[in-house]
Parts: sequence; C-alpha cells; structure tokens
Amino acid sequence: MDYFLYLTQMCGIFMILAMGLNLINGLCGQFSLGHAGFWAVGAYTGAAFSVFTNLPLPGFIILLIACLLGFITAAIAGLIIGIPCLRLRGDYLAIATLGFGEIIRIIFMNMDSVGGPRGFTDIPKLSNLFWVYFFVVLSIIFCANLIRGGYGRAIISIREDEIAAESMGIQTFKYKTLAFCIGAGMAGLAGVLFAHTTQFISPNNFTFMWSVIILLMIILGGLGSISGAIIGAVILTLLPELLRLLGPTVSEWRMVIYSVLLILLMLAKPTGILGKKEITFSFGKKEKA
Amino acid sequence: MSEEFVFFLYDIATYLLNGITQGSIYALIALGYTMVYGIIKLINFAHGEFYMIGAFIGFYLITSGMPFVPALLIAMIGSGLVAVLIEWIVYRPIRSAGRISALITALGTSLFFQYAGQRVLGADPKAFPQAIKVKTYQIGEIYITNTQIIIFVSTILLMIFLWWLVNKTKIGKAMRATSFDMKAAQLMGINTNQIISFTFFVGAAFAGAAGVLVGLYYNTVEPMMGMIPGLKAFVAAVLGGIGIIPGAVIGGLVLGIAENLVVGLWVSTYRDAIAFAILILILLFKPAGILGENKKEKV
Repeated sequence: MDYFLYLTQMCGIFMILAMGLNLINGLCGQFSLGHAGFWAVGAYTGAAFSVFTNLPLPGFIILLIACLLGFITAAIAGLIIGIPCLRLRGDYLAIATLGFGEIIRIIFMNMDSVGGPRGFTDIPKLSNLFWVYFFVVLSIIFCANLIRGGYGRAIISIREDEIAAESMGIQTFKYKTLAFCIGAGMAGLAGVLFAHTTQFISPNNFTFMWSVIILLMIILGGLGSISGAIIGAVILTLLPELLRLLGPTVSEWRMVIYSVLLILLMLAKPTGILGKKEITFSFGKKEKA
Repeated sequence: MSEEFVFFLYDIATYLLNGITQGSIYALIALGYTMVYGIIKLINFAHGEFYMIGAFIGFYLITSGMPFVPALLIAMIGSGLVAVLIEWIVYRPIRSAGRISALITALGTSLFFQYAGQRVLGADPKAFPQAIKVKTYQIGEIYITNTQIIIFVSTILLMIFLWWLVNKTKIGKAMRATSFDMKAAQLMGINTNQIISFTFFVGAAFAGAAGVLVGLYYNTVEPMMGMIPGLKAFVAAVLGGIGIIPGAVIGGLVLGIAENLVVGLWVSTYRDAIAFAILILILLFKPAGILGENKKEKV
C-alpha cells in the first residue's frame, strides 16, 4: 500500500515536470533536453533549505517555503541558461541544454556540502499526497490560463512560425525566455516535492536519461497538450511498474519491452496519443490550443 | 630550464598523447554521427550502441581465439549490418513523420540495445582478452604503448579509406549528392534509400571499429559502455561542424586532448563537464562548428 502511495506521488511529480517541459517544448517549440538539470536544482535547493536551516515551523510551511525557493532558483537557472542558449535553434538548442543539464549534475556531484556523489540523505518527509496534487492542480490551472491569455498566444505563435511572429511585433526572445524560465521553475518545484518524498537524492537521479524520459512523456501524450502531458506522465511512470507485476520473466525484460513499446508507438502514431487536442470538461465545445 | 619545468613538459606530452588516443576513438564514432546527420538530419542516439555491439563482437571473436585484425574487420561488418537492419526496420518508416518523432525513436532504439544487452550479455563488465601483447616504449620520460600506436594508426587508415570512399568513388558521389539535396538526387536516378542504408553501414562499421579498439585499450567491455562516448562523440561532431566529415575528426581530437589536459592539470571529477562546457562555448560563439559556415535564415 505504501508503494502504491509512493507511485501515485511520483505520478504527480512527473505530471508537474511534464507540464513544465510541455510549456518549453510543446507550446513554445524550443527543444530542450536539459529538464533534469532544473529538476536537480530545485531538489537540491529545497532539500538544503529544509535540512540546513531547520526552522521551528510546522512541516507544511517549511515545504511551502522550500517549494517557493526551489521554483525561484530553478527559474533563475533557467534564465542564466536561457539567455545565451535561446538564440540557438532546433537541434543546436537541444544539445546546448543537454550540455547544461549534465554540467549542473556534475557540479552537484562535486559539491561536498550536499553529499557529492554519495547523495543527499536525511531529508525530512514533508511532502505527501495532498501537497503533491495541490501543486499539480495549481500547475494545470496556471498552464491552462496561460495558454488562453495574451502571453500564451505570443508563446504559441513562436512555435508556429518564429519569423512571422517577430514580424507581427512579438518580442520573441522575451517570450521564449519567459516560457523557458517558467518551465524550469516548474521543474524546480517538482524537484522540491521529489526530494521531500524520497528523502534521498543523488546526482544519479538526474541524469540525461531522465530528461529524455520527461520528453518522452510529453511526446507520448501529444506535444503541446496539457492533458497529453498528464497522460504521458502517468503512463510512463506506471508502465515499468505494471510490467514488473506480470511475472518474473516479464519483470526481468521490462526495460526492453518498455523501449520496444515506445518504438512501436512512435511508428504507429508519431504525433502522440492526443496530438494537439485537449481533454476538457465542457463537452461539445472544441478547445483549440 | 629548471628540472621541474622539464617534468611538467613531459607530463603535458603524456596527457597530449593520451588525449590523441582518446580523441581518435571519439573521432571514429563522431564520423558516423556526422554522416548520418548530414544525410537524413537525424541525431542518431543509438549510434553509441553500434560501438558497444562492435566491442562485443570483437570480444567474443578474440576470446574464441581469432587474431586481432580479422576480428576487427568482422566486428566492423557485424555492427554495420545491425545498423542497416535498424535503419530498415525502424528509421525508414519514421523518416517522413517529422524530426522529433525520429529523434524519440532513436532514443528508444538506444534504450532497447542497452537493456537488451544487459539481459542477453550480462550487466557486468567483461575483461577484454589481450589480443596483442602490450609493449611500452620510452622516449625521454614519455611512455607510449603499442596499443596506443595501433589505435592511432588504424584510425588514420580508416579515415584515409573514408576520404577515398566519399571523394573518389561513385557511391561516395551519390552520398554527397543525397546529403546535398535528397529530392534532386532522387530525380537524378540515385536510389537514396540504398545510399542511406550504406551510410548507416559505414558509420556503424567505424563505430564498431572504435569499440574493438577501446576494448583493446581499456581491457573491459559492458552493455552500457556506449552511452557516454556516444554523447561525447556527438559533441565532437557538433564541435567540428555537424555534417562535415573532416570536422568530426578535428572535433574528436580537440575534445580528447582538452579532456585529458583538464584531468591531468586540474581535477578528474570535472572530466565530463569539460566536454559539455566546450560544446556550449562553441555553440554560443560559432554555432556552425569549427569548420562550418554560418548560414542566415531566410524566410
């Protein structure tokens, strides 16, 4: 039962991560492969805050402050990385962000005050199901409203055609940086929740492979769709665990099956499960993202 | 010159030598990356896995008693054939679906080989047999082993072969035409599918050769060995200018030397960071790479 609870929380954390990357990659069209780096920044900031300051406050207030700090530091990291990198396009941006993600991880690996390669231990268990899903709901509301507003329209126009957007008077660089910062900040928030759920983080939790898996989540669900990001996060978090339940043989081969399923899905439906569509609760009204 | 300074120079020379050895390996892998990217604009993340497959084929052949040179050649052909098969089954159907889908498929393929390798071949590192007895030569205070010389010589031979293949043969001409403009090449009667398969074959064969040479140099092989060298070879390809064949060689050597100098003169824990730091600096100041030309985007 504890394990089930843990998985549910992990689903929530990955939903926030996927929504953050969806903002950068799906809506703004900027291909980032360094999302795990921002996740790490948030996780380490939040954990360092709650471990080192040790304030005599109720747990949830410490968690909320940690979340705020995690969001802000990751967003600042996004700003520092975004300003030079967002001049690049396509594949080049992808590898620059990949590089930064790895550099962030290696820096944490060399920081002895937060455990270095041994990992950061004894983080208090402050996060729980309620707070994780509180922030999931907050993120959904935020993203959905962002898309409908002027900022969101500007961000989407960059995805559709950057040159056309610029000639319509949209300051593309400003909006790209904004989307990148918010996306990074959301990853930071997810990091704080992650650190306070697992109570242990190490630089190996935040390798390039995780950036890829988060990217897979949003592509699987449908790039640019919030509900797609959520579905993708749930599927990719639960799939390896479900395969584990299907007997010892399947369990041993589960990562192989996982990758084959992924390739098959891409071959069968390259735009993802939902495409750019959204699942909404107002039936009959077609939402256009 | 003081004695300390002389020793410092010897140290530098040793790091340079190690850097050139490692750089040759990166260059061999980067060639495949750059050729595939040049033709179908796909970052083939599974390329590091062809290197792993080559290393394992070499491992099994040499363990069973085959001499080094035929084992190297068979490993090259073997990993080339795997690449052709993967291209045919996976990449060809996805080619029209857009670049992000293709990229994800490549990542999926890479994951597949890593995990399948762990299941089939065993996750533990295996000791690569000593196919050639290691001899160490000494020049002043600089030590050089015969494996280093073998790596360097085979890299140069392979690169001369590639240069000849691309520039002097008919199929090389077709490769250049396909990478320049695929549709036009098709209209001129070039079977572009065949050319793409062939490019995959050559690229993966070079990566396979790099795998065997690395096995010889570091004496171990394992299923996850392709990941980090794969990423770094990609960095090397971008460094030199992606899509440009001599660029991959220069990028590989620069990366190998820079890494070894940093490890020798500063700290070894920042070894991997330095590759990415160089990458980012290059991208920011010369995004097209050392040999590339900057193109202005037109509407």
